[in-house]
Amino acid sequence: MMEIIKKIGMIKNKNVKDDNNNNRKGTLRDNVIIKVFRANRIKGDPISYDSFEVPVQRWTTVLDALIYAKSYRDSSIGIRYSCRMASCGSCGMKINGIPRLACYTKISELEGSTITCEPLTNFPHIRDLVTDFSQFFNHHKEMKPYIHNENSDIIDRQKLSEFKQSPEDVDKYLQFSYCIRCGLCYSACPTVATDTKFPGPQALSQAYRYYADTRDNDKKERINIVDDRHGIWRCHFAGSCSVVCPKGVDPALGIQLLRGHLMGLSKNEKKIAKLENRSKN
Amino acid sequence: MERSKESNFSRNNREGLKGWLNPARYGWERVSYWLQRLTGVFLLVYFIGHVYETSSLTRGPDAWNAMLELTQTLWGHLFLILVIGTSTFHSANGIRLIFTHGGKGLGKAGRPDYPYDALSLNYRQKSGIWVALILSAVAMLYGSSVLFGGE
Amino acid sequence: METRRVILRESQIMKIQYITAIAALVVVAVHIMMRLIMPYNMSLEYENVVVNYHNIPYALLLESILILIAIHGFNGLRVILLEFRQNKIWENGITVFTITAMIVIIAYGTRTIIMANQLGLK
Repeated sequence: MMEIIKKIGMIKNKNVKDDNNNNRKGTLRDNVIIKVFRANRIKGDPISYDSFEVPVQRWTTVLDALIYAKSYRDSSIGIRYSCRMASCGSCGMKINGIPRLACYTKISELEGSTITCEPLTNFPHIRDLVTDFSQFFNHHKEMKPYIHNENSDIIDRQKLSEFKQSPEDVDKYLQFSYCIRCGLCYSACPTVATDTKFPGPQALSQAYRYYADTRDNDKKERINIVDDRHGIWRCHFAGSCSVVCPKGVDPALGIQLLRGHLMGLSKNEKKIAKLENRSKN
Repeated sequence: MERSKESNFSRNNREGLKGWLNPARYGWERVSYWLQRLTGVFLLVYFIGHVYETSSLTRGPDAWNAMLELTQTLWGHLFLILVIGTSTFHSANGIRLIFTHGGKGLGKAGRPDYPYDALSLNYRQKSGIWVALILSAVAMLYGSSVLFGGE
Repeated sequence: METRRVILRESQIMKIQYITAIAALVVVAVHIMMRLIMPYNMSLEYENVVVNYHNIPYALLLESILILIAIHGFNGLRVILLEFRQNKIWENGITVFTITAMIVIIAYGTRTIIMANQLGLK
């Protein structure tokens, strides 16, 4: 183990400049300062920043550094995390001013010797790095994020049935189904910054996800939901949502594709998936 | 644990106007959004002023010439060059936005793969922003040659 | 989304926004080119400007610019202001303000066009 660490140190020494304050991007460092936003909004505490020096290796993520700071420096740091592998979306925060997943951002990717961690903007703040996602989830629920097809027999379970969907049909909405509801897009969106009624890029891209799904046959209702003064038309394709999305969902694409249908520029090629009944034997 | 009862319409921790005014963090599309808004508001103000300024025609040649004395100055010309530039950018970028808002030029949905680059932020539509900026610069140069060229 | 009585759906308003944009582009381009058919300074002389207003097709062009730009511009302003605050008073106020502003500017500009059309030359 010590030999491995020594080897990394040797690689590090090749890259580091003489002036320790000017680290190049991708440069390895021994230590880094993590500057963490501290405030308890419920108690009404004033905002402050606490700095912690944490050791880093080549693979250390911001989340690793925060967990180290919480474990060995200050156990009162409020932070939300779970899977540690960009699968759950819990650890979203602003890292050096840009919304990112802490588990997916390596310290070596970031410039400077100080990493600033702040809670996601556009989400009501609770404490330290923890924010309230209820508005975000409510906007998502407004989109009716489930398949609506009155032919599907979820009530009468006497028969087994299956919607037939080709790989091409799946490709039309698959990338939008990869959304992990991390909220980074919602934080980056300039419209969400001021418009409290705007559903946000995540909800709107999910609206397209179900609109494009051949199993869903409720196009009219889905259009009605987004065709509003504070709906899809308040997206101006600033693209920030797609820049920050860690899963390649590209919400901006989904929103513009949906808008193409509202504008009448996109052809209505969707054929509703055939329901195939199978006997239970 | 009790869930937060924060209202859907809370402004707690929203970026506000700062979210609009800082275009530098998220790439060219965010810059184009910011410029489109700024140029739009600027052109609306100019339009209102222009409608008022041209109404001096109805008050006779003296009023018209007095208005010209106010606007056909160095600062008036510089302002007009700015109007030429902003209107060119707003128009060219607006045409790009009409296409992109309709989902044209953004590619087809598919199966994303690492490094998860967004398809919609491709160079085909991004180059529209650069073309708009270049056209705007060219228009401003041409406008300067007409206004200051003594034609 | 809350239910609200609407005269025009947002999709219809935005289609108008896109159409006025394209139409305005064409007519404003013609308007600018009219400044270049003679030396620029000469084109701004009183008599030359009034002659333009006597030309009925050009007067109609100016009227169309007025209407298209007023609709496009004030609808754009409405969009910006709607995003700024969200409550019933503000939203209804913005709608009333922008429609009133559109009507006022179109009326004032039309007045100029009609009066200039009636103007005699020295």
